Amino acid sequence: MTEMLYWQALNRALDEEMAQDEKVFLLGEDVGLYGGTYRVSEGLLAKYGEWRVRDTPISENSFTGLGVGAAMLGLRPVVEIMTINFALLALDALINMAAKIPFMSGGQFSMGLTVRMPSGVAKQLGAQHSQRLEHTLMNVPGLRILVPATPQDAYWQLRQAIRSDDPIIVLEHELLYFHKGEVATNATPLPIHAAVVRRPGRDLTCIAYSRMVEVALAAAEELAREGIEMEVIDLRSLSPIDWEPCIQSVGRTHRALVLEEDCRFAGAGAEIVATLQERCFYFLDRPIQRTAGLDLPTPFAAELEAATIPNVERTCRSARDLVKMSGAPL
Amino acid sequence: MHSVDPVFLLRQMLRARALEETAAQEYAAGRIAGFLHLYPGEEAVAAGVLSCAEPGDYIVSTYREHVHALLRGIPAAAIFAELLGKKTGVSGGMGGSMHLFDAERRFLGGYAIVGETFPIALGAGYAVAYRQLPEAVICFFGDGAVNQGTFHESLNMAALWRLPILFVCENNHYQIGTEIHRHSAVVEVYRRACAYNIPAERINGMDVLAVQQASEQALARIRAGDGPQFLELETYRYRGHSMADPGAYRPASEVQAYQRQDPIKELEGELSTQANCPAGDCVRQFQEQCCAAGHLNSERLQRLQDEIAEEMRIALAEAQAAAAPNLTKVQEVFQKNHRFEDFFGRGAA
Repeated sequence: MTEMLYWQALNRALDEEMAQDEKVFLLGEDVGLYGGTYRVSEGLLAKYGEWRVRDTPISENSFTGLGVGAAMLGLRPVVEIMTINFALLALDALINMAAKIPFMSGGQFSMGLTVRMPSGVAKQLGAQHSQRLEHTLMNVPGLRILVPATPQDAYWQLRQAIRSDDPIIVLEHELLYFHKGEVATNATPLPIHAAVVRRPGRDLTCIAYSRMVEVALAAAEELAREGIEMEVIDLRSLSPIDWEPCIQSVGRTHRALVLEEDCRFAGAGAEIVATLQERCFYFLDRPIQRTAGLDLPTPFAAELEAATIPNVERTCRSARDLVKMSGAPL
Repeated sequence: MHSVDPVFLLRQMLRARALEETAAQEYAAGRIAGFLHLYPGEEAVAAGVLSCAEPGDYIVSTYREHVHALLRGIPAAAIFAELLGKKTGVSGGMGGSMHLFDAERRFLGGYAIVGETFPIALGAGYAVAYRQLPEAVICFFGDGAVNQGTFHESLNMAALWRLPILFVCENNHYQIGTEIHRHSAVVEVYRRACAYNIPAERINGMDVLAVQQASEQALARIRAGDGPQFLELETYRYRGHSMADPGAYRPASEVQAYQRQDPIKELEGELSTQANCPAGDCVRQFQEQCCAAGHLNSERLQRLQDEIAEEMRIALAEAQAAAAPNLTKVQEVFQKNHRFEDFFGRGAA
């Protein structure tokens, strides 16, 4: 058990996979000499050389596509896209190429490609640097999406992604890179797509992912002081989603709150709620609720930015309403 | 160096023509659905370039790729079966006309989004260089593709890291219905490569021997470690962009003018005359005389054509008789790579 920052856990995962498998290489803007804008590839250029840690020009679609082509020849590229906002320029490589080639080729080519990128709303980066695009990627069959919320998951899920023969997108969160946590590098990891219960509770189930897991846990702490026990589930993966722990939890609590940083309209939460109501309808005492980002481009001003994304207070309010409403007519 | 075998080249071009005309008939008969982009007119390009490819080389192609696939060695039956959506298709019926893939023959696929062949070739070239192997990547694209961002992005990176890629522009002068003077500020496509310091030349793509020679030299430079090379092959497609294209955007006289310099007819003429004629203009003249007089070694040509017709007939019959893929197969293909439970030696939760 070692205490590490989230970026250090990712760095350690890359280092170990590169040391074990010569087919693993990194590429992206400033991943080499600079060490990655969030330090994730720090020190790796010196250790592995430029063919394995490749600084690229600002050409997202083509260097992501380079990863696709190299994966077709059996290498295991790890592409870093500097932020998810720039991934919009690489959607052809991700959606038309990486997600399609294993299938269109009738299974002849695998796609051992990992694409990492920070996502979510950080601090006052403006509308073009504060997007949550998980819903766009979730709707693409053939892509798998990981959303590690802790250094432990960042470490293991990245290692598992690199070993996978499918294209996997790892959505890191800009505000998590400097969060600290225990990393058990010798433990047996959870399955790559497993959802986990982070905190048990009898009154309602809060389903969250990425940075919102921290918000959910803080809210659960506050609610517990009022006598409301909120169970917190960390999805860890948005494609596929591990539904069983969610269904079992809702079966116990009969109330569910989906907490997401994504915009509410057609966001990730829409899929989660839709599937849960199909599968848990008869367990539910109340309609499933969503606490989500506002349907707005993210404003720059600090107060306005904060108002567009869920926080502990909003989460507690939603949870209280759900519990209070219980048994009362709609 | 390869020895140039004109009969082999002619044979490949005739097979290419026969494959596509057979596909056109099947489309017209309603047995092939979807998009169908045919190659007639451009055979000298595929035959000339691919005759220089080694088995260890990789081929990346576009949605007009049936002939590239055939000349790479994929059996006509597997191509027809894919066009018909059959289980025995080269992509198992999952790809279709625009997505022929063959891992064994290092045919990295046909791509239906214009400009995608560049990054795929870039990645393949990177992997070859990474492993320090003497292989090359041949990247086909049309004149319409050079205005995509990926063209510039990928040529830049290919040159920057000296990747072993032969960029082959099949300039047929049309991006669907828009003629090159209406889509490109610089119509000499090869000139664009100089922006990235990539050696480039423009070749008559209707002349298979010229294409073959230029490709061989370019591939030799790549294998010598000189980095990416670029060929612009000026050619023409006789048919529409796809079978759905009525071709109203170009005058019939233009098509006819190019048909008069059909690459296949040119080669046939050359073959018949090279034995008894010196090189030069007289060759062309004598060739035409020979044709007119019926001296074109017609027996041999007829035999070649009969063999090819038989090859296509059998291949088509085989493809038609094959079973359709089923949903179980689709699921199997889709789940094929889902082996994540085994990472680090443990089962699923």
